[in-house]
Amino acid sequence: MGSPELASLYQQVILEASKQKHGFGLRPEDHPSNHQLNPTCGDEITLQLVTDASGETVEKLAWEGQGCSISMASASLLTDLTAGLPVAELPERIGLFRELMQSKGAGIEDDEPLGDAAALEGVSRYIARVKCAMLAWTALEGAMMESAAK
Amino acid sequence: MTLNHPIDDAEAARLAADFPALDQEVNGHRLAYLDSGATSQKPTAVLDAERDFYEHHNAAVHRGAHTLAALATERFENARAKVAGFIGADVDEVVWTSGATEALNLIAYGISNASAGLGGEEAKRFAIGAGDVIVTTEGEHHANLIPWQELAARTGATLRVIPILDDATLDMESAAALITPEVKLVAFTHVSNVSAVINPVSELVALARAADALVVLDACQSVPHMGVNVRELDVDFAAFSGHKMLGPTGIGVLYGRSELLNALPPFLTGGSMITTVTLEKAEYLPAPQRFEAGTQQVAQAIGLAAAIDYLDAVGLDRIHEREAELGARMYRGAAAIPGIRVLGPSEAALRSGVVALDVEGVHAHDVGQYLDDRGIAIRVGHHCAQPLHRRLGVTASTRISPYFYNTTAEIDAVIEALGEVRAYFGLAD
Repeated sequence: MGSPELASLYQQVILEASKQKHGFGLRPEDHPSNHQLNPTCGDEITLQLVTDASGETVEKLAWEGQGCSISMASASLLTDLTAGLPVAELPERIGLFRELMQSKGAGIEDDEPLGDAAALEGVSRYIARVKCAMLAWTALEGAMMESAAK
Repeated sequence: MTLNHPIDDAEAARLAADFPALDQEVNGHRLAYLDSGATSQKPTAVLDAERDFYEHHNAAVHRGAHTLAALATERFENARAKVAGFIGADVDEVVWTSGATEALNLIAYGISNASAGLGGEEAKRFAIGAGDVIVTTEGEHHANLIPWQELAARTGATLRVIPILDDATLDMESAAALITPEVKLVAFTHVSNVSAVINPVSELVALARAADALVVLDACQSVPHMGVNVRELDVDFAAFSGHKMLGPTGIGVLYGRSELLNALPPFLTGGSMITTVTLEKAEYLPAPQRFEAGTQQVAQAIGLAAAIDYLDAVGLDRIHEREAELGARMYRGAAAIPGIRVLGPSEAALRSGVVALDVEGVHAHDVGQYLDDRGIAIRVGHHCAQPLHRRLGVTASTRISPYFYNTTAEIDAVIEALGEVRAYFGLAD
């Protein structure tokens, strides 16, 4: 079977999230959304930012896409993390996740604010996979920009 | 001397020792490099040839009267002659390019320029426009698809695509129906970089000849792996890359029939490709120089010549036979694993040594990661053939592409690892 390094990349929480795909299924109504494609592997995601009536709190993300277990797990874990969060807090969490992904295996000081998504730390050791993990988070940034532009 | 005994594992291991990059550990395992379809490794003889050129003969070619310039020019042109002999062409039918992609674009832009009225009377035979048709296939690498899409868009010609069947072989009935008298050019690959299909060149050439259309052959996956004679294949143009056949990156070849190359307007223009230049216009040298503007990839050409010497010494027939054996072993092993679908035809005679497959429920990137953990280097993704993958119902695949330096033990290691992948990712059979 795989090495310990591989096991830290594919932790149980990640493999489960990649199958459960929390948030999978787009809403029929119009929400700020964004589409991201990784042209090297064909992984793609379309993500909607669904908020409460005030627009200040995330109700739940909705997304559809296809890709490797890392990109699918990341989208699922992002959905779990952001449900109920103030929209104003999203940029900080996304920034923290990006920092974690760019840490080349070193991790970051405090990954508590990332919840279960911190389990994706193992990805940062595999440079070719960072883009997979970032796909949904980049789509959320895009959706927020669309939201701000409205 | 021509060897005729088959390459066995002992000989493959001896040959592999000529390739420094193969002698290393990756993730705690000895590297099993099975991505030669993307790029091959390089033997010491090729590295030495490049180094020797830079250390002893480096100078600009086709200009200057000093001794080094003459030596460099001689070696550069000897390399061209080597390539010509290797593919059965005349020496003035071999054009250096940066790779197959540039070679195919050179043809497309030459035709484009002819269609715009450039190149004088002799270029008129290439001119195309509305009502004319270019034909390619659904099984192509993007490099033999997009240049024709763009050529059609620039000239107003129509692009027709020969579909592939479920086993990725060409639908030859459709080919016969699509290659009508309006067709001016038919471009197709000799061997698919994904499905392993060896296309029926003679049948396609016959259809093209009946329509009086030009034939462009993408030979990237054939020239490194089997004896290819462009004259016998009767194609008008052929393109291949040096780096897939033990040579350096940055060097490729366009073969073209002499009378065509000398009539085709140039693509890139500038120094070294002219006879007379005034402030208003320029006259061009005959082929191949008219297509070789600017400083050429001299060391790379010389490295490619050394690669051809190496391939000739091993023997292309023996290489082809060995790869067929490795490919068949890989095919059998993979096809026997529950949940694995091998792309392409099952008939060995229709296949090269490449094996691309889909592991049900596990994305190709995850498969590749699992194999990399074992020191096995294979390619994952769409391999620059999105329409082919779409037709076969997958977005990406895992591709094992062996060369003569691989052993059956390496193939068996891939099969063993593939047998574990679905369980590792939590999929029960």
